[in-house]
Amino acid sequence: MGGPAVSVRTEPDAVTSAETPAAASARRLRSGAVTGSRWFPYILVLPLALVLWGYIVQPMLATFSESVAENAGDNYAGFFTAGGVARQSLINSILISVASVVLCGVVGVAMAFLLRRFQFPGRGLIEAIILVPAALPPLIGAISFQLLYSETGILPRALQQLFGTEEPVLAVSGIAGVLVVHTFTMYPFFYLAASAALRGLDPSIEEAAYNLGASRLRVWRTVLLPMLTPAMVSGALLVFMTSLASYTAPLLFGVDQTMTMQIYINRTNGDMPLASTYASVLGVVSILFLLAMRWYEGRRSYRSLSKGVASHRREVTNPLGRWLAMLGSLAGVAVLLAPVATIALVAFSRDGSWTTQVIPSEYTAENFRTIFAEPRAFEPILNSVTISAVATAGIIVVGVLIAYAVRRLRFVGRSLLDIGVMLAWALPGTVVAINLIAAFSTGNAFSFGQVLVATFWIMPLAYFVRFLPMVFRSTSAALAQIDPALEEAARNLGASWPRAFLTVTVRLVLPGVVAGALLAFVHGVGEFVASVLIYTSQTEPISVAINNSMYRFEMGTAAAYGMLQVVLIFVVMLVSGRLENGRSSRSAREATQWAG
Amino acid sequence: MVEVRLDAVSKVFARSGDPAVDEVDLTIRDGEFFTLLGPSGCGKTTTLRMVAGFYFPSSGRIFFGSDDVTRQAPNKRDTGMVFQNYALFPHLSVAQNVGYGLKTRKVRGTEAKRRIDEALEQVHLSGYGARRIDQLSGGQQQRVALARALVIRPRTLLLDEPLSNLDAKLREETRLEIRRIQREAGTTSVYVTHDQAEAMAMSDRIAVMNGGTVQQVGAPEEIYRRPANRFVATFIGRSNVLSLPVVGAGPEQVEVAGPDGVTLRAAAPEAHGLSESATALVSVRPEHVRLTGLDAAGSLSATVVETEFTGMSTHVTVDLAGTPLHVAAVQLPAGLTTGDTVGVVLPPEHLWVVRP
Ligand SMILES: Nc1ncnc2c1ncn2[C@@H]1O[C@H](COP(=O)(O)OP(=O)(O)O)[C@@H](O)[C@H]1O
Ligand SMILES: [Mg+2]
Repeated sequence: MGGPAVSVRTEPDAVTSAETPAAASARRLRSGAVTGSRWFPYILVLPLALVLWGYIVQPMLATFSESVAENAGDNYAGFFTAGGVARQSLINSILISVASVVLCGVVGVAMAFLLRRFQFPGRGLIEAIILVPAALPPLIGAISFQLLYSETGILPRALQQLFGTEEPVLAVSGIAGVLVVHTFTMYPFFYLAASAALRGLDPSIEEAAYNLGASRLRVWRTVLLPMLTPAMVSGALLVFMTSLASYTAPLLFGVDQTMTMQIYINRTNGDMPLASTYASVLGVVSILFLLAMRWYEGRRSYRSLSKGVASHRREVTNPLGRWLAMLGSLAGVAVLLAPVATIALVAFSRDGSWTTQVIPSEYTAENFRTIFAEPRAFEPILNSVTISAVATAGIIVVGVLIAYAVRRLRFVGRSLLDIGVMLAWALPGTVVAINLIAAFSTGNAFSFGQVLVATFWIMPLAYFVRFLPMVFRSTSAALAQIDPALEEAARNLGASWPRAFLTVTVRLVLPGVVAGALLAFVHGVGEFVASVLIYTSQTEPISVAINNSMYRFEMGTAAAYGMLQVVLIFVVMLVSGRLENGRSSRSAREATQWAG
Repeated sequence: MVEVRLDAVSKVFARSGDPAVDEVDLTIRDGEFFTLLGPSGCGKTTTLRMVAGFYFPSSGRIFFGSDDVTRQAPNKRDTGMVFQNYALFPHLSVAQNVGYGLKTRKVRGTEAKRRIDEALEQVHLSGYGARRIDQLSGGQQQRVALARALVIRPRTLLLDEPLSNLDAKLREETRLEIRRIQREAGTTSVYVTHDQAEAMAMSDRIAVMNGGTVQQVGAPEEIYRRPANRFVATFIGRSNVLSLPVVGAGPEQVEVAGPDGVTLRAAAPEAHGLSESATALVSVRPEHVRLTGLDAAGSLSATVVETEFTGMSTHVTVDLAGTPLHVAAVQLPAGLTTGDTVGVVLPPEHLWVVRP
């Protein structure tokens, strides 16, 4: 996979729709009433703008100048010459993305309809675990699908044994493998959007169509599908962007000719100008999609005009139907839990013991002992936690302040600040890494004259850029729900602005900030896509250690590291679910969406 | 244009044991404007939705004329429904909304256009055809919903509290409009409301419902003047209902013993089944009770508990031999205040015996 920090955008309208109650007072507040000073916003905003410029925009420009520094003509011409690798990679990336959109659309919308519209045995269980595969960290997620469905995977080998055939049965490889990973990990974009749209759909609108004589088919064609269109368009844009940024799936299934893989390969071969060229093209395409999404979201969506009428799930009543539903549910549960189960199983297998068997033959708890007790094996864990913690600290400070500025202050360039953060969200991890390499391979003002490449600091910086939007978004959403009149009341009772801000606003957005920060932290611990381009042997993070273990066929060790990430993400999902209690468990849902 | 008949229709929702609608028998005459009136939760919507076909009855049958439609799909019934929240298609324009039912009926081209224009004109929305739904006010949306239901010339028009989302003034204007349009079209209509003033003003006949059963069916005036039971009497216009011992019973009237040893005569339904020494429930409307001086003929003495000035009249609550009695007085005896003793006259022509 490998893509923008998609998680923060699973419910594109969450922020805007939450805004309404406080919107009027927010307007009042932005007009400077808070601090009494017209200049105050700029004192706060200037450093924030410098941070966004220095670590997001300027590096992007550095990549572009790197790409045109020498033989620019050749670099870019590759995209226009038939038969070239560049052109083929772009075409492959786009084709994979289109296919992913179609597959995720079918699976996601079908699941949403099934779970929203029908009552059948096993429905509750399926709904509870439907997001589990997508919740896996990017590398370990892709590995689990490889272990399950590739030529050496559990399922094809099991079928091979069952039918006694020469070759593994139903094995996926190459682009097909990439598509399997994409479908399983990205259908939630459609599922969540369609599910929310169906929940928001006023059932009487559908009834009105039946009342006017429409058949079931016509109601689908003329009412349901048009009303779901906004949800499906934003789902499609998200899947397309995420697939385009996907890196781990092509890596594991050996599809070299994609944009992200070419960036990686050229960087590894030391052809930085060519890597920069690919990164620039991918960056521009991603930004175009970002703009398309913002434009589309600005248009209205068909939210129901009324609320409170619960739509009723149709009970599956006929006995055969119930049996089929039950079997289907069981199969669904198995498929949804298989990736996590596989990782857990392999984590307890002895390294090197799994060769041609269906599942590993020898089991041991040794792997867990190794990664904690052996200093060399424990180092990646320490690295990941340190890097992620440093990055998260920076993210909290900058993310909260930007959210506050964008939501509550009025200043020239407010939307630019917003767009700056969105940019960080839209850029694929691979591109973020290349940008930082291009910008900080020599010292510049933003690194205080130091070279950052091949140092510790480039790691937390990359995580900072990638996961800043998470805290920004969660804080922004929390702020939108707080009536600015509360802060005004504190001011009215004699509190200074900092005091009012700290005792009222900060206190109230805290759960949102913490949820976002936890999310950023776990994403950091699972980060692979950018890390793999910028790590050194001293800063090797967990995911890179997993990848290297896989190369050494130490699958047990790799899976044990993976289990750590998996356990961490599920703990965080639970905690953020608690934090957001009362509101929708949005963070928990967001946490289930990884930036692959 | 058709007669609608419900024959012992019941609806039990799976989980709860109590029926939401219980053995309802109704006949709605061809061209009639018929109202289901009752408090919230009494089963009005459920009844209407069974007529529309969104629920199938648990038992009983529904007929449109001679067609048994009990289990017919809603899209085959040819009814026009106006939903409480209008249920307009937000992705279609006003004209497309109105034209939706014509399309399903294969009415196309100039004929469709003519009928859409006609329908919009009927609801005073000519020229609004190209608008989006969210560019209309609540009242305009309401009228689009009405036009959409009428343009298909349905066999029956079904309206579920269509005015409840409008403000008071608009509600009164719109109810006249709905009635005018319904009369012009002559469509058999079933109207659901919990607002008795609305029901009184609009209906040819009303069915008062409570707890899933029909309490009384009749013309507005009949229901007002001759409520069948205590529920109808108190739900419509908040009648006083006094429990008094019967001292004499005749056909269509009974004599009861009032307080102060006064004998009161009250009209009663033909088969009232009351005899001497039974207790009769005598209803009298607040606006029919007169407050007088203590010396007036036939007056009973009562104590003023509370007075409330409402503009048109004053609501006075008096204590009549231990029972609170509500009086709506246009003119009060001068200087009346709480604690005073007044005379109360219960005019015999307005006393009516109701069933429990
Ligand atoms: N779909 C349903 N499932 C279960 N109970 C329902 C359903 N619809 C209505 N009811 C119940 O049936 C009763 C009558 O409801 P309804 O017909 O909506 O009342 P009204 O329209 O008169 O306010 C209520 O007690 C309500 O809770
Ligand atoms: Mg109702």
